[in-house]
Amino acid sequence: MLYVLALSTMLSAFWLVNSGHYTPLILSFMVVSVIFVAYLCHRMDVVDGESQPLNLTFSIPGYWLWLIKEVVVANIDVARRVWLGPKSISPMVINIKASQKTDLGMVIYANSITLTPGTVTLDLQGNRLKVHALTKEAAAGLITGEMDRRVSRVEG
Amino acid sequence: MEILFDIVSWICLVAGSFFCLTGGIGLLRFPEFFSRIHAASITDTLGAGLIMIGLMFQAGWGLVLAKLILILLFSLIAGTTASHAMAKAALKSGLQPQVVGTMDSETGGAPSKS
Repeated sequence: MLYVLALSTMLSAFWLVNSGHYTPLILSFMVVSVIFVAYLCHRMDVVDGESQPLNLTFSIPGYWLWLIKEVVVANIDVARRVWLGPKSISPMVINIKASQKTDLGMVIYANSITLTPGTVTLDLQGNRLKVHALTKEAAAGLITGEMDRRVSRVEG
Repeated sequence: MEILFDIVSWICLVAGSFFCLTGGIGLLRFPEFFSRIHAASITDTLGAGLIMIGLMFQAGWGLVLAKLILILLFSLIAGTTASHAMAKAALKSGLQPQVVGTMDSETGGAPSKS
């Protein structure tokens, strides 16, 4: 029930932000469509802790800030190597272990790796990640496992 | 205040354009598929991000700001997913990355499930 409520709140906020017309008629359309979509999702059995990760609400903003910092630093490094030319890169494929307990945690970790320029997740099987790194330094940075620990901490 | 916002906005827009250009050049300059993906992800993240932030300063408080934030979040998530899907598809169809080496962080014990 809590998850249905969270989903309805999110959908309503999404509608209000995208609509911009606040007349009674349009708002009643919103109520009808939100109830319909929430009912559909409930019937499809997709409204659960995985699609509405409420337990991450307070722990994830801090992680986002750290991730933004990492993304900016990695961007500058990769941009520098673009201008230095192909000689400056040293591609590697590495296998690392994801220590998260849930599927959602592992997806957050794998997506964070891909979001950071210089590293792309190639495959995720069980708890093993196959990652392509543009440089030795990027590969070494992942092997230290700092991102892994931070995602595990977000997961709680 | 108006002029300050304009200056910050233009700095973001120009820097964003520079990163988009860098991504495009990297796409042409890097030797093979897997390293080119990394160049494309510069355009996805800091390039698009800085341009969006520059536009947010132009938009001021209001609905447009909220919509720009939604666009930014969507493009970040979609870009990541697309990069991963492309890399995985390339690997599955037999394209092997040219690498200088491989590493394994096997810390003992844990058997791989694959």
